[in-house]
Amino acid sequence: MATLELRNVNKTYGSGLPDTLKHIDLSIDSGEFLILVGPSGCGKSTLMNCIAGLEQISGGAILVDAADISGMSPKDRDIAMVFQSYALYPTMNVRDNIAFGLKMRKMPAAAIDEEVARVAKLLQIEHLLTRKPGQLSGGQQQRVAMGRALARRPKIYLFDEPLSNLDAKLRVEMRTEIKLMHQRLKTTTVYVTHDQIEAMTLGDKVAVMKDGLIQQFGTPQQIYNDPANLFVASFIGSPPMNFIPLRLQRKDGRLHALLDSGQARCELPLGISDAGLEEREVILGIRPEQIALAPAQANGLPSIRAEVQITEPTGPDLLVFVTLNQTKVCCRLAPDVATQVGDTLTLQFDPARVLLFDAASGERLGINVTPRQIGTDNVAQFKGR
Amino acid sequence: MTRTLAPRTFNFSRIAIYATLLLACALYLIPLIVMLLTSFKSPDDIRTGNLLSWPEVITGIGWIKAWDTVGGYFWNSVKITIPAVLISTLLGALNGYVLSMWRFRGSQLFFGLLLFGCFLPFQTVLLPASFTLGKLGLASTTTGLVLVHIVYGLAFTTLFFRNYYCSVPDALVRAARLDGAGFFTIFGRILLPMSVPIIMVCLIWQFTQIWNDFLFGVVFASGDAQPITVALNNLVNTSTGVKEYNVDMAAAMIAGLPTLLVYVLAGKYFLRGLTAGAVKG
Repeated sequence: MATLELRNVNKTYGSGLPDTLKHIDLSIDSGEFLILVGPSGCGKSTLMNCIAGLEQISGGAILVDAADISGMSPKDRDIAMVFQSYALYPTMNVRDNIAFGLKMRKMPAAAIDEEVARVAKLLQIEHLLTRKPGQLSGGQQQRVAMGRALARRPKIYLFDEPLSNLDAKLRVEMRTEIKLMHQRLKTTTVYVTHDQIEAMTLGDKVAVMKDGLIQQFGTPQQIYNDPANLFVASFIGSPPMNFIPLRLQRKDGRLHALLDSGQARCELPLGISDAGLEEREVILGIRPEQIALAPAQANGLPSIRAEVQITEPTGPDLLVFVTLNQTKVCCRLAPDVATQVGDTLTLQFDPARVLLFDAASGERLGINVTPRQIGTDNVAQFKGR
Repeated sequence: MTRTLAPRTFNFSRIAIYATLLLACALYLIPLIVMLLTSFKSPDDIRTGNLLSWPEVITGIGWIKAWDTVGGYFWNSVKITIPAVLISTLLGALNGYVLSMWRFRGSQLFFGLLLFGCFLPFQTVLLPASFTLGKLGLASTTTGLVLVHIVYGLAFTTLFFRNYYCSVPDALVRAARLDGAGFFTIFGRILLPMSVPIIMVCLIWQFTQIWNDFLFGVVFASGDAQPITVALNNLVNTSTGVKEYNVDMAAAMIAGLPTLLVYVLAGKYFLRGLTAGAVKG
């Protein structure tokens, strides 16, 4: 149980090379589950290695329980890590794998046996204790790797894409187990993934990273409903958010977005009156599930007729693709909607839920913007350089 | 109803294959057979019979005389080979561990330069080595010869271990560091136990190289400290008296037996080690 705080952490592999991590600022409370998510090469694994002490930071500070650990060697940090490749010691059996860290810490043999037994019971791997890692399935290896981390009872757990080597079914099972485990143990956890589903389902807090910068740091709901920029909006969500390029127009003192399906046009009133946005190129973002079929009776929401171009029944949903402003737009409709390619549907959406992004910078604009907790300044700073 | 999948027909190509294999086998074995037969013959037998004839009386006299002559040198070779093999293998393993898992600035260059050692002919290092041994006060000592073998062998053993450890995921080392293990603990507890195949390769390679070495032995050892290869040469090249081919052959067999033994005992690891990583699983 410990708090973790990163203060202006920088990492570079040499002068002249671009910084791998830039001004990383975040903090989580004791017992919280932090997700670092982003595309490959965004620096999330480097950041994790820095927290573990496997790599030295070039600037800033890493604080655990308000004590700076950035100068300490990995073994003194009291942090345990689960690796993507599990990194089980191949010549030791499961028992010795779990006990290794305890032996290194000079724990008495009786206490080690007790601890191994506790962890084995917790993870239901008691029957595997005498096996070598090579004799285990992927899921069992995963459990042993977690067991090795759990046995030490460290202040912080680090998970480095622990599920990415498992098949799809096992991945979902283990995801639930990790969540369950965290709910029981309440140990502060940092979890690196590139899987946005893992990010949404596991995290108390999510930090979306790109190019060594934190793009947004917040709860999964904030990240999903209130993305700070185009990148975060496009990275989280499946099917992804629709992005429709358009020009804002002023009418009756309010700004409107003009949508054109080829068959019909629709003026979408936006709840902003910022004169600076007039005639600007913007990108309108709307999630597929926020587009609905218009009911038979008008309900006051703006609607538009559009031709169905592709349908993709996924089981729980029917994905329908239409064209608005020459852009393919995905709508997530109920699976019982009877529609075929070539049909015309009347679609509507709540103007209060749509998001606006600046076409040039990708930053959020105007309505519904709540200030980002962390990172806006950093982005600006970075762009300015 | 049982039928063999491939009916055994003795067609021409099959006969040709076996004939070729047998011929190659015979060519390969004839020197050994001649050596063995001759070593058990009496001198008279050698003079009257032909090379491949069976001994009229099997006698161990050649072997006894050979052992009396080169036996002492055999133990010299053992005393040179065993420490040289073990130390060069251990140091090679340590080098390989550092060069693969604890890379430092310039470690690639260092490794590249070290590899030159694999291509240096023995002759080129004779003078510098004897100069160095002289400075160290180790000239004409067994220790000095062992040192030369260790240094010359390091290039190969480092290459073996470095390449083997490059295929070991470095997450293992990182996990061990987080578990609290230090540099030598990781080496001794995690990596060395995984290294049995490459250790075997290294041992066989180094044993063969050092046991069979003649040049370093003749240059850096003198008198009673010379290895068996030098003693064998001295025995065979004596120009006085009657040529005792049975003694020569027996002495050559004695000189060659240990390497043969090592191959028989550790050969399966050698093949496994050389092809390790070639196929998944």
